[in-house]
Order: sequence, then C-alpha cells, then structure tokens
Amino acid sequence: MRLTRTLVACTVLALATACGSSGSSTDSSNGAFTPPKLSAQKTLGKTEGTVNLIAWAGYAEDGSNDKSVDWVTPFEKQTGCKVNTKVAGTSDEMVSLMKTGQYDAVSASGDASLRLIASGDATPVNTDLVPNYKNIFSSLKLQKWNSVNGVAYGIPHGRGANLLMYRTDKVSPAPTSWSAVFDKSSAYKGHVTAYDSAIYIADAALYLMKSKPSLGIKNPYALDQKQFDAAVALLKEQNANVGEYWSDYLKEISAFKSGDSVIGTTWQVIANLAQSEKAKVKAILPSEGSTGWSDTWMISAKAKHPNCAYKWLDWIVSPKVNAQVAEWFGEAPSDSKSCDYTADKTFCATYHAADEPYWKKVHFWNTPIPQCLDGRTNVTCVPYAKWVQAWTEIKG
Amino acid sequence: MNDTFGRRIAGMLHRRPRLRLSLLLSAPLLWLVLAYLGSLAALFLSAFWTTDPFTSDVVKSWSPDNFRTLLTTSVYRDVALRSLAVAVAVTVIDAVIAFPIAFYTARVASPRYRHLLVVAILTPLWASYLVKAYAWRIMLSEGGPLDWLLKPLGLHGPGYGLPAVIMVLAYLWLPYMILPIHAGLEQLPANLLDASADLGARTWRTFRSVVLPMVFPSIAAGSVFTFSLSLGDYIAVQIVGGKTQLIGNLVYSNITLDLPLAAALGTVPVAIIVLYLLAVRRSGALAAI
Amino acid sequence: MHLSRPARIALRTAAALGFAVIYVPLLLVLVNSLNADRGFGWPPSSLTFHWWTDAWHSSGARDALWTSVKAGLGATAISLVLGTLIAFAVQRYRFFGREALSFVVVLPIALPGIITGIALNTAFRTVLQPLGVGLGLFTVIVGHATFCIVVVFNNVIARLRRTSGSYEEAAMDLGADTFQVFRDITFPLVRSALLAGGLLAFALSFDEIVVTTFTAGPGVQTLPIWIFSNMARPQQAPVVNVVAAVLILLSVIPIYLAQRLSADTASGGRI
Repeated sequence: MRLTRTLVACTVLALATACGSSGSSTDSSNGAFTPPKLSAQKTLGKTEGTVNLIAWAGYAEDGSNDKSVDWVTPFEKQTGCKVNTKVAGTSDEMVSLMKTGQYDAVSASGDASLRLIASGDATPVNTDLVPNYKNIFSSLKLQKWNSVNGVAYGIPHGRGANLLMYRTDKVSPAPTSWSAVFDKSSAYKGHVTAYDSAIYIADAALYLMKSKPSLGIKNPYALDQKQFDAAVALLKEQNANVGEYWSDYLKEISAFKSGDSVIGTTWQVIANLAQSEKAKVKAILPSEGSTGWSDTWMISAKAKHPNCAYKWLDWIVSPKVNAQVAEWFGEAPSDSKSCDYTADKTFCATYHAADEPYWKKVHFWNTPIPQCLDGRTNVTCVPYAKWVQAWTEIKG
Repeated sequence: MNDTFGRRIAGMLHRRPRLRLSLLLSAPLLWLVLAYLGSLAALFLSAFWTTDPFTSDVVKSWSPDNFRTLLTTSVYRDVALRSLAVAVAVTVIDAVIAFPIAFYTARVASPRYRHLLVVAILTPLWASYLVKAYAWRIMLSEGGPLDWLLKPLGLHGPGYGLPAVIMVLAYLWLPYMILPIHAGLEQLPANLLDASADLGARTWRTFRSVVLPMVFPSIAAGSVFTFSLSLGDYIAVQIVGGKTQLIGNLVYSNITLDLPLAAALGTVPVAIIVLYLLAVRRSGALAAI
Repeated sequence: MHLSRPARIALRTAAALGFAVIYVPLLLVLVNSLNADRGFGWPPSSLTFHWWTDAWHSSGARDALWTSVKAGLGATAISLVLGTLIAFAVQRYRFFGREALSFVVVLPIALPGIITGIALNTAFRTVLQPLGVGLGLFTVIVGHATFCIVVVFNNVIARLRRTSGSYEEAAMDLGADTFQVFRDITFPLVRSALLAGGLLAFALSFDEIVVTTFTAGPGVQTLPIWIFSNMARPQQAPVVNVVAAVLILLSVIPIYLAQRLSADTASGGRI
C-alpha cells in the first residue's frame, strides 16, 4: 500500500523537523504565551485576482441568496478580487479549514482565534494597511482574543452577547438572573435550552463567579481544576432539566415558538426574529452579565492571496458594508461610523452598538489555555481540549 | 480504430483470459483497494497519534492513549451502546414496516399499478435528507401535527429525544429496506407458492415455511443499509434528538480538535459494521443487496 | 400466491398506512413551502407564494443545483464503468480474492459517511495537495463515486447471474470478436441494469451530504450543502423548503421514465 508508506515517510519527516517547532513555547511570567514568530506584511502589493474566505453564514453575501443582500459583488468590481466563500458551521470547523492552507482569511470567533494564533495558522495584521481600522470601537481593539502582547492579529468584525431568553407566558416571575437556568431550572424541567458548545461551560463559570465567590473565579475562561469541576458539576445538574441544546438559530426559534424550549441562552437576532413572528419571548442581559462573542477577520499565514485578503478586511469594516453585514446577521457593528448607514435607524440602539457600559458586562469568548488568562501564575488552568471532553460527558 | 488492428487485439484478448481479467480489474482495484482502503488504513493509523491540546496540531508520536481513553471513559461506552441499540431498533422497525408494503407492491397489487408503486417508494429517496429531518422536527414539536393527530386518542407525541431519533431514522432509511424485499419477493416463483397451497398449507404456513426463508437474504440486505446508516448518523440526531448524542456526534465533535481521538472513536462503528457484514454474508445477503 | 380475503385486506391496509407514513412528512414540506412564517410555526398562520418567487430568483440555489448535477453525473459515470468492470470480473472469472473484492465493494456505503469522509479528506490533503490539486468538485466526484460503485455493481451482477454466458459463446462461435460480442450481445443484455444502477447512483450522490462536507473545496457547494448552510438561517429556511418541494415533484419524472424504459426490471433496481 503505497499511500500508507507515504504517510509513514511523512511521519518520520515530521518527527524530525516540524514537531520540533510545534507546540508554542510559553512565557509563564506574565501568563501569556509566545506565538510562533511571524511578522505582518509591510506594504500592499498587487491584488491577486481572487480571495478564499472562511466565514460564518451571512458574513459574505453575494446576492445569490437574496438579491438585495450583496456586498461581495461590489467588492469584486472595485478590487478585481473574486471571492470564494466557504461557510463554516462551528469554530472548530474554521480552525480545521484554516489548517488546510487553502484559505486566505477567516471570520474567527474568540474561541478559535487564539488557537489559530498559537498554531501559526494566522499571521499578525498590519492595521496601517486597513484604513477603516481607525473607526473601530476602541473597546474592540487589541483585546485578548485578537492580539498577543500588543500585536494585532485581525480586524474586529462585530459583537454580540449571549442573552437569557424566556417565554413571557410560561415563565413567571420574569427572571433577572442566570439562576433561572441553573439552580432554579427544575421549574422548567425538559424545556430549558443551552448553547451546544464546550464554550458554554464559561456561562456556568460566569454564574458561579457571582453566586459562589468562594471559588475565586475572576475570568470565566481561566478556570483552575477546582473551579472547572464546579462549573461542570453545575452543568451536569442542569442537563437533567435541559430539553435540547441548540447550535443553529432556526432550531432555537422553532423550539421557542412551539414551547419545546421556554428558557435559555440566545442571541439578540434570534430574540428579534422570534418576536417578529409573534412568539411571546423576551431577551434580557441578566444581573450577572453574560458571555458574548466578538468575531475577528484574520489572515492565514499561508495565504496565497494576501493583498486581496487585506482589501477584504478593509472592505468588511468600511462603515456602509459593516452596517449591511451587521443588520443582515443581527449583531452590533464594529465600525463606529456604520450606525449612520443602517437601514433601520433604531438598529444600533437595539443592538447596543455604542453602549460601552453594556459591553462592560459582557465577557467575550476566549480560548482557555493552560496559562491562566486572568494572570494567575501559581496554578495551571484547564485547556480547551479538556473543556470539549467535559462537554461530551455533561451531555452524557 | 483500424479494423484489422481491432481484431488483432480482440483475438489476443480472447486467447488470454488472465489478461482480460487483469484489464477488467486494474482500475477498480486501484480505486477501491489502493485509494479507499489505503485512506481508511491511514486514518486508523492516525488513531495512535496524539494532539497538541492547545493548537490542535497532530503530534505524530506513537501512543495507545486514545484507545485507553475510549475504554476507560464511561461516557464513550454508554454512547457506543446507545448507538448500537438505536441501530438495532431502527432495523427491526424498518423490517416490520417494510415487509407488508413490499409484499403488497410485489405480489398483491395489480401489475398495472406496480410501476407507479415502485415510483412511489423511490421518490422519497430524492427528497433531501435534511429537509425530511426538519419536516420531522416540525411533526414532533410541541403542539405540532403529531400532537394534533394523537390528541383525540388522549396521547402526546414523544417530543425530541431518543425515541424521536429512532422514529426519524427508521423513516429516513425505510425505502432502503423496502426495495430489496420487493425485489426478493418479486423473484419468488409463483409455482412454489402454488405448490405449497396444493400441499394443503394455509397462508400463514406458506408464509412462514416458504416466503420468509426465501426472502430472508433480501431482508438482511436491507438491514445492512438501515443498520449501518443509523450507526453512522449524526445530523438527524442534532435535529430531533434533543440532548441525545450518538457515536457519530462524538466522532464529528472531535474531528477538528482531535483527529486522532476521532479516528479512535470511529473504529467502534467500523468494527461493529464489519462484523455485521461478515455475519449477514453467510445468509447470502450481500449478493441480494 | 393465494391469499384469503381478510389477509388481502389486512395487507392492503398495512401498505396504505405505510405509504401514508412515507408521504405525510413530504406533504408537510409542501405545505411549509407556502407557510408565511419563517420559523415554520404550526399550524401555519397564513399561506403565501412569496417564498416560491424568492426561490425562483435565488441564484445560489440554482448554482448549487447545477453543481450537484455535475457531481452526480461525474460520480455516476465513474461508478458505471468501475461497477460494471467488477461485476464482469466477479461473475465471469474465478480468481484469488474474488470473495474479498465483493466485500470491499460494499464497504464504502456500509461504513459511516463521516469515516469515509475524513479518511478521504486526510488522504487528499496528504497526497493530492503537494501535487497542487486542492479540494474541489473533482474530489467530491471521487468521494461520491467510491460509494456509488456498489449500486451499479449489484444491478449488473444480478443481471449477469440471470443471463448465462451462452449467448456470448454462440456469437463467438459464429465468428464475432470480443468487441463485437460486447457491443451486440452483452451490452444490450445489461443495458437496463445499467440504467437502474446509474439512476440510483445519481440519486445517492445527489442527496449525499456527509462525504461532500469533507471533500468539497472552497466555493464548491452542492445542493445538500447549500441546504445545510441555509437551513439554519431563518432568512433562508423557507426558500429551502420550496427547493425541496420542487425536487420532490421533479424527481418523479426521471424515476417514472426509467421505470418505463426498463420494463423488465420492475423492481426499480437494487440498491
């Protein structure tokens, strides 16, 4: 079998060379890690005529789904870069697609971005080459999920919070705290819903951060073994009352409309859509605050079309396009000027686009790594791979 | 092609059956054995590798860790057993539902309508799997069509969960069970049945002693599909399974983060299916597929 | 077979019930394509043809349909060739590993799609990528052909089993050469089996999603992939229902035609 032999040969080679450099070295003194040495492009060259993107559904619309929703065709006309988009369903899929080296840019969420940086799949981004970067909300710039040691690895795209949604006719009294889906969830046994991803463990950690201060959780993405175990135990208790876990929004909307789910985590856009179809639901930011996501457009270290990729990065955060994509997807835009361009003038208010006190309460997704993200150096934190395994066990 | 040249080659082929055989087989063997089995072997070889916990890069050093995790973690065992139970249940349900339908279409319906009935069995195969699964999601929802139907009887639909998964998988793979049984029944010689009747056997006796043994390979052939398709499914489970997870979901959720573990998990359904295929091969089922 | 009247009625009822179970969910898809509600609320609040117009204008769906047709035709063509070759070899020759070969043919469809998918994905990336061949439509066709071979193989071999080689021998005795025999005798014998097998192969490829997910390159979107990525989005889900409804209605045509053409295989082919 020739194929097998080739693979074995690859293995030997990999052991001799690549493996020596794989696995990021760590700098434990400041609790951060040192990514592989890559440097950002200094200048823009000629565009390559094409660009391959990995995006969330709705991030790169070319009018093929809805004629009026199209910001890819104007981009192609203006820059001469033809856009090929691969829609990814999950953050994990994004990571593995990036590893193929076939793609130039990705709209990575915070639970994927650090992984891409650490593995050397994403390269630093020279923000000077992205003129629209200056208009981006400063609270989104150089954050823990899109930069390392002050070096930017991408351009913020938009953000959203993971809210608590409930059926107003079936849940009373109206909840104000996440306790409704944790300690008190048995009241809605079989009708509680939660986001189907290991990152949801952070929601439990956030709740414990406020309800059990003795655990000493400072950052829901930096959990030592004891804190992690407490969060997992809480989720296992919750599992008994969960009806289903959701990962796509159609599933969640239909479940809330029919009453299969009556309380659980949601995104603003889901709540709006459900309300527009006369479902009796309400979404709130509970007293503990919430987790949330902020997506970042990153460039592949192996990009074959980096100049077109830079053009795309600038295009997607230009005020008008950023407004279009935010409205279509249902998230808060990242460009501070984009609120002038939304079709719905109340859009930015609904999605709290510039509401800094609101975002202060939101703990954006980050990738848990052994070096505690909250700066503790006397313990190691539970890395994301363990979160994934625990999530399987929670679901049972 | 020059005619005499063509005849020369034809003559050579005719004289050398081994040459003919190797020409017939070289392309398929290259494809199935080298490309397909080769990729499978490479995948299962990678089950012995490990993954860097942070970057999810595969670390190519030999270790049985993944299989140890597989055997010692109770959740993996539970999920494997659950998946096996689902596959068996789906197969049994499909066989029970498919038999009368196939019997009717193959032996009872008037020959004029048989064509149409076969079309009616085949049509659902062309409707998208996903769309059918989502249609079932609506069927099973609270206050949905199924609840409507059952309300007069004082019953309630099963909602999302393990029973829903079994129902939906049984629905999705039903045509794969009906078709082989239909083909098997159709080839049943009519005089054999007449002979049985002439010898005084009642309908039930003929069915048990003549029909069933003769179409058993066809049922087994159908079961290969229902069993293995159920064992590998992970999409319908997400749509109607509530919080249920099956072995396919575990494989899927590990592919991107930990390919070696996914490969190790994948050996479970593969081993079960290979054993199952070997078992049904004895009944002649593989020839009846 | 002589059936008593009650047995006949019981069978008829059971079959009718079975067909009802098969068709009610499909009917629901049809109704839902008219449901004004994006989230498929039940019962429908009101009916509309809005989604049908939307679907008509959706170039994404049309492109995906075209990609699927290309992938299906490619995979069917390859599997027709390979499946027929294996069937002839297995039925007409005795050789070492013959039994094992007919086992290996079944494997790609019996093993979970997810396993076939990741195995091929890894192989393509290790072997083809260094040669400059990335994932694309070609790799999808290769993946589909792998599990489609079996249906062609099964149909052809079933036909060969029922027809003895004596026609071919007679033709040979009358002086026909190998190619003439194939053209004039063998091919007409297996033609309808090829049609039935090819149609099923196309149907299998057309609705395949798992292997496709892992073998499709950037920008390659078959219809099931398009459906998968759009089903989860409320803006698009109703359009998906329309596409599905159209597919159900349209699929009757090729199946019916094939049934007519291959009147002698009333079984509609073997899977």
